[in-house]
Formats: sequence, structure tokens, C-alpha cells
Amino acid sequence: MSYFSRTALEKPEYLIGSVAGLAAIGAGLLFWRRQRRVAGERAATINGDAPHWTLKRKSDRALFGKSLLINRPREELFEAWQVERFPDFMENVVAVEPVGDDVSRWTVKGPAGREVHLVNRVTKIVPGESIYWQSEEESEIANSGEVRFTDAPAGRGTYVSLILAYAPPAGALGRLGAKLLQREPEVQARRDLHRFKQLMETGEVTSNASPSARPSETATQPHI
Amino acid sequence: MRAVTWQGRHKISVETVPDPEIVNPRDAILKVSSTAICGSDLHLYDGYIPGMRAGDVVGHEFMGEIVEVGPSSTLKKGQRVVVPFTISCGQCFFCEKQQYSACDNGNPSETRDASEVLMGHAMGAAFGYAHLTGGYAGGQADYVRIPYSDVGPVVIPDDLADEDVLFLSDILPTGWQAAINADIEPGDTVAVWGCGPVGLFTIQSALLLGAGRVVAIDHFPARLALARQLGAEILDYREVNVREALDEMTGGIGPDACIDCVGMESHGFTPDNILDQVKAQFYAATERPHALRQAILACRKGGRLSIPGVYGGFADKFPLGQLMEKGLTVKSGQTHVQRYTGELLEMIREGKFDTTSLISHYAPLEDAAEMYRHWHGDQDSYTKIILKPGLEKGAVKTMKEMEHA
Repeated sequence: MSYFSRTALEKPEYLIGSVAGLAAIGAGLLFWRRQRRVAGERAATINGDAPHWTLKRKSDRALFGKSLLINRPREELFEAWQVERFPDFMENVVAVEPVGDDVSRWTVKGPAGREVHLVNRVTKIVPGESIYWQSEEESEIANSGEVRFTDAPAGRGTYVSLILAYAPPAGALGRLGAKLLQREPEVQARRDLHRFKQLMETGEVTSNASPSARPSETATQPHI
Repeated sequence: MRAVTWQGRHKISVETVPDPEIVNPRDAILKVSSTAICGSDLHLYDGYIPGMRAGDVVGHEFMGEIVEVGPSSTLKKGQRVVVPFTISCGQCFFCEKQQYSACDNGNPSETRDASEVLMGHAMGAAFGYAHLTGGYAGGQADYVRIPYSDVGPVVIPDDLADEDVLFLSDILPTGWQAAINADIEPGDTVAVWGCGPVGLFTIQSALLLGAGRVVAIDHFPARLALARQLGAEILDYREVNVREALDEMTGGIGPDACIDCVGMESHGFTPDNILDQVKAQFYAATERPHALRQAILACRKGGRLSIPGVYGGFADKFPLGQLMEKGLTVKSGQTHVQRYTGELLEMIREGKFDTTSLISHYAPLEDAAEMYRHWHGDQDSYTKIILKPGLEKGAVKTMKEMEHA
């Protein structure tokens, strides 16, 4: 502190520069907060046609959705979305065990080699169209979501949407950390949805497994 | 097996790596008989393409013999095939529209994210070309794993030699698509920037598609000589003002279609290119699009611009107003190889393409590092290099001394 004030006194341009810089950062922050508030207010009043998960709305839960065009009929895709087939395309799902009516216990890979347990109840099924779920009290992460199947324009197949809301265990910072470790639910779900598409369209989950001169890799394991 | 690997900017080495294996049911394993070095491999060599990792096996122009097949492959052991450089599933929305290079399944879940951030949508996949396009090992190797082997590979009749058909993997369909994208009308004047292998196939394709005249632009005498031999009129940009020459050859209106077969690493001592060079040296830019800028300014009003040349990201000093005010139509993109291989194989059989004049060197795979150096530094005498696995190191064969224009 004393160093700063001495430098600032000796060289006033330092002080002016610092104040200007702080002011610019402050103005930026204010502008950002205002933009977010305005976006929220507009979303509440204008009622646009954007999917609700794409709106810039503030929420305690992390909300995201991902839609993919899958070139297969809607009914076929709905039928294929079965718990027994999840391990075929959900890379991070270790196990799904049924524990009663519409309730299942999920073991999912978390950051840093940990496992996370979820207990989810299927709350609604509209055959051929959608599946909704909601987590139970004992779930380690509170979450809810929906898988939606809608017809794409003629000849293109189906839009499959996965919409998921969850309470990040360590807040926004924890979510960022998990993203960096590639174990964040949004990253996982998006990649799993792509694997579902690959499996349904091509009959196999795409893999780039092939040789390289990196000793840490094999020719049969996929790599980043 | 032995494989050509990328180790960093201007670092290529031949290494012993594990053999590829069948991973998915539709896979096949190919034993490579011939593999070429592509102009776009130079972008990797020069470090212009983001997403390479030290140890990557490179090469995307290759052919050979099928030695192993997965249960869902339609190929048989012993078949001779050419493999398209684009890895395309054949069943997604894009493949069904025959936009194979936009395939939405070839790029795996793990690698597609980065290219989605960079491009807006995930890129398709290719062999031996950076992790943005899937991170698949390439074909400058003894063996390659071929995903979706029931869709891409072209079975080659025994009476056609490797050098007749190898270029079906990339540069022949790329030149063909470049000319198709120029929407050539009978009698059109078509200008082609760059007389590398793609430019040379573009010249042939434009003439086959009805162009009245093709004007080719380069500065390497041997490459210009090849262009002239294939039917083009030639301009050496070190000798003339290209735009003035093109205007004077077309009554002042400019060429009807302009095709950029140069891509992101333009040569030429011009102010815009010098600035691009400096920025690229400091990793502050990936693009040096001088040829593209010139093509836009040269093209006639209402004309067509076709861009087969590879670009990687954001360009600056881009003549956008000129593009708009002149009302140009632009078509571009990686080649939808699988869409064209059938008809092009027929045309090769009918003798419509000269596929061999451009080949300057045959070299053992083991000499790849030296060949990359020549491909980069001696572009006048090295016009196309074919690598052969299994040959003893040093057994380089130089084809006839190249004529100079």
C-alpha cells in the first residue's frame, strides 16, 4: 500500500491511469449487470419464440438444453431411449438401477475420479413425444429434466431435445471447475446426445481410435 | 508400423507406432500402396492449422489394399481401393444431401466441441488433419483404419495403375468441385489462382465443363508450364499486373468466374501479404488471403467466386464491400469427395484427365521428412510427391525434368 501511494505521488500519471482503469472496469460491470437485467425483463414481457432454455434469465439452477437433428423416425428414437441402452451411448453413466415405481438410482462419473449418485423419478411420459423426470430428496444433486422428440421438417427425421436443470454442488465456480475437468453435466449430456445420434444414424458410436506417436495412447482408445 | 508424424512447425518425422485395429463394425484396415503429400499438408507443416498435437500421423491422400474388415464392412480382403479424405457416415442429413464433407457424425463427440466454438458448427472429419476435424490418424503410414468403409472407399479395377486413380482421394474431386462451384457457362473466361495440383485439376475440369478459356495465375515456371500444357493461358504475377492483364484479356469486364486454388498461404511481395506474413510469424493471424482479395477485385460484376483453397479462421483487410457491390456469387467448402468419385473414375477410364504429368517425385515413406522440406522449399521442381511404404530409404525417383514456361 505504501509502495503504491508513494509511486502514485511521485508519478501522478500512474494514479490517473489506475483510477481510469478501475473506472472502466466498474462501468463495464454495471453495463453487464444492466444488460442481464434488461434481458430478463424483456424475456418476461416480449414473449418471443425462442426455446425457454436459450433465454438469458437468471436462475439458481444451471439450466441448459440441446437439440439435435437425428435422421430417424420419431417413434423409433422414442423407443430406443431406454434405460437398458443408456450405457451404449452415455459415457459417464456407470449404472442405472431401478429402485421402485418410476424411480431409478444413477451412478455418474464426477470430477476428479469421484462418483455421484442421483435418484430420479420419471414424472410423466407422453408416448412417442417426451419423458420428464425430477430428482428425489436423497439425490446428491437436485435435478430435473425432459427429453423431447418432435418431428423435423419432412424427410429430415426428428429433433431430439434434452433439457436439464440442476443445482451445481459448488455453485457457479464449481460448475466452471467441473467444465474444465470435462465432467460437468452440460458437457456430458451434450456429448451423450451426440453419441445417441451417432448410434441411431450409423449403428455405431463414432471413435477416432487410431495410432499416434504419443506413448500415452493406444490404437484402440479414443483421444481428444 | 512406420508412419509419418507431425511434431511441430516444420518438424516431420517417420516413427514406429502401433498398428491400427478394427474398432467399430463398419471399419476396415487398409495396407497403403501409395500416398501423396497434399498442398494442405503444407498448412500443417507451417503450423497454420490449429488443433494439431505432436505425434499425429498425417496424410489424407492414399490408396491400397484391404487387409481386414469389420463385420458390417461391405469390402473384401484383397480389394484395391482409393479412400476419400473426408470421413463421412452416409446416413446423416448432410450425407443424404451429398454434402459429405459436412457429415455430422464423423467428428467424434470429444473433438467436435472445439471446432463448434471456432466455426459456429462442428466441422466434418478428415484423415490426418488436426483434432478439429476428428483427430484421426492419416494415411502416410503402412496401415490405416478406415471408418464407414461401406460408404467411402472406391474399388479400383486391376487395369488402372495407382497413379491413374490415387488423386480421386482429394485433389481431382477438389478441382472438379471447384469448377462445378464456378457455375461455368459455355464460352466463359475462368481465372484460376494457383497452379498447384488442385489448380491443375481445376483447369482441366473448367475446360471439360465448357469454359471458353482458362487463365491460370502463378509464379513458378514449372507449374505455369504444366498449366499451359493442360490448356490454360498463363500469367506470371511477377511479370504482370494480374488484374490489368485479366481486364485487357476480357474487354475490360473481368473473368466470369474466379477460382482461388491458393488458400491461406499466398505468396507474393505485396503490401497486404507482407503485413499478413508478419502477423502470421507472431501467431497473430492464420490467414494470408492475398490471392482471394485479388480474385474478388478481378472478377466481373455479377460473376462467380469459387474457393477450394483452405482457410482456417478470421481474415482481415477483406474486400467485403467489393464482394457485395459487384454482386458476386460465392461457393466454397471442403470437397464432397464421395459425391464425385463414381463419375470421375469413369472419366479417368475414358482418358479425360491427365493425372500423371504433375507427378514430379516418387519417394519411400522413410524419406518423408526430406520430401516435406522439398515440398515446402522447392515448389518449382516438386509439383507432386507420391510416397511409397516399404521402399528402402533414399530410393527417390525423380520424374522427367520439369519443363519451364
